[in-house]
Amino acid sequence: MRDFFQRFCENRGALVGLVVLTVIILVAITAPLLSPVDPWRSLGRPLQPPGGEFALGTDMLGRDVLAGILHGARISLWIGILSAVVAALIGVTMGAIAGFFGGWVDDVLVRITEFFQTIPSFIFAILLVAILTPGLTSIVVAIAVVTWPPIARLARAEFMTLRSREFVEAAVLSGVSRPRIILREVLPNAVSPLIVMGSLTVATAILTESALSFLGLGDPNRISWGYMIGAARTVFRHAWWLSVFPGLAIVLTVLAINLVGEGLNDALNPHLKGRRVGVQ
Amino acid sequence: MRHLSYIAGWMVKALAVVLAITILNFFLIRMAPGDPAIVLAGEAGAADEQFLEQVRSDFGLDRPLPIQLAAYVGNVLTLDLGQSYRAQRPVVDMLFERLPATLLLTGSAYLFALLLGPLLGALAATRPRTIFDSLLMVVALFFYATPIFWVGLLLILVFSVQLGWLPPFGMQSMIPVSGAWNQTLDVLRHLILPALTLGLFYIAVYVRLTRASMLETSSLDYVKTARAKGLPEWRVATAHVLRTALLPIITFAGLQAGHLVGGAVVVETVFAWPGIGRLAFDALFQRDYNLLLGVFLLSALMVVFFNMITDILVRLADPRIGSA
Repeated sequence: MRDFFQRFCENRGALVGLVVLTVIILVAITAPLLSPVDPWRSLGRPLQPPGGEFALGTDMLGRDVLAGILHGARISLWIGILSAVVAALIGVTMGAIAGFFGGWVDDVLVRITEFFQTIPSFIFAILLVAILTPGLTSIVVAIAVVTWPPIARLARAEFMTLRSREFVEAAVLSGVSRPRIILREVLPNAVSPLIVMGSLTVATAILTESALSFLGLGDPNRISWGYMIGAARTVFRHAWWLSVFPGLAIVLTVLAINLVGEGLNDALNPHLKGRRVGVQ
Repeated sequence: MRHLSYIAGWMVKALAVVLAITILNFFLIRMAPGDPAIVLAGEAGAADEQFLEQVRSDFGLDRPLPIQLAAYVGNVLTLDLGQSYRAQRPVVDMLFERLPATLLLTGSAYLFALLLGPLLGALAATRPRTIFDSLLMVVALFFYATPIFWVGLLLILVFSVQLGWLPPFGMQSMIPVSGAWNQTLDVLRHLILPALTLGLFYIAVYVRLTRASMLETSSLDYVKTARAKGLPEWRVATAHVLRTALLPIITFAGLQAGHLVGGAVVVETVFAWPGIGRLAFDALFQRDYNLLLGVFLLSALMVVFFNMITDILVRLADPRIGSA
């Protein structure tokens, strides 16, 4: 554990990322306290530039941009984490079964994974959200359905190597049940690259969510950064602050998560130092 | 003969993708809450019972499920994707009208990223830990974390609104220009910003990949041999390191083709580029699901096409495979 922290701290980018991410998480948790008014309510004259009565200005309906950004942090992080967890569940299950059992099961699952990797994932996500009607559940489902394949590939590779190791063979010979071997023997040994991949998946999920809500497919009841930029699209030429600030919030969050993910990679997989588990 | 069987292989692959997407589309419509006829009719005929009847018979919704599926697959294979209920026109016609614009945009972004990304990555890898290297890596890290629609809006703010150098939207000027040469120039001027927007994310990815891949390759034995032979450093870097390091990048670019086509939806929406991505956005707003399903199918075929090109590039670049 000491080693883990030491190696993580050696990566200066990861430390900066961790600090930034912690601040963003705190903002997300305390948003209702930091900005008690409803971010959808119009509070003043529309299209006020930043620096006046409102630090980051107001939008075309007189809503406070800062309040929107603070409250938007909640939905971005929440959807990012939730979809990454669902994607990891699908991906690890598929990959574990394929890698552990091999043979025709592996063939079929690899074909399915490849198919999902070939199709234009973002268009598929749009279709899913549009047909299931936009909302928190449909967005999480759509993002998870398009992001699991790389996780499945990684899990499969890990399970295939671990499958032939002595301790797994020993467990098989002593009659331990297959699901138990997968969960108790193999999974704990495959978990560190999967954690790194999972953290990078959160970043991708946040980017996908922002693009979906930019196109007007966000959860209509919750304000999000992508929605703010999309809604201001008709006036952004005269009111730069409406797209610049929410965009910066997205970039900062995704950047921080990526940096932390790389730090985790250095710390958990020292033999892979400098190499990335997956670019997605 | 070899070429023929190669092409046949890709045709089979394209057919398999069409079949799989068609089946997926079929089930997507039935997954939707409520009556599939209402979903398919979209906004066009929400309340009109007679219209819904027509949609039901068009899609065979009154028949058993396996027969519906067979009929649907049969229609798609004969290039009949049904009607757009909004525009009252065949979906296939609308897609083919828009296809050239999207191919121009995604193709330029793809080439642009594939040329510039590895080049910059190679420059960084041959000068590790210099200011150039660090700066480039920071910029790459930034664009790797940036939503493409935001990059597009910023580019418009800077290059169209502030500087007035490039047009902010469309594919041609409002006032038509005369002459083939001037028209080409006009389209190119409109192409720069959207292609740059779509390409920047991938440039960032390829810069990072090329650098990592080259640094790894440059410690391999055969590269040491090349150095020991007394080859100049730039020859070692280009002929030995880069050529090997390029393979995973080109392969990866092929894997990413799906994202490129998906990104086109966002970029075409930002720049009002008249391609299938923009069509998808309009279809979305008008709840024209039949059109949206058509866009999905066509874009999947575009991915197969990009994969084929990638495969040819890998064959050209890999000395071990040899020219096919």
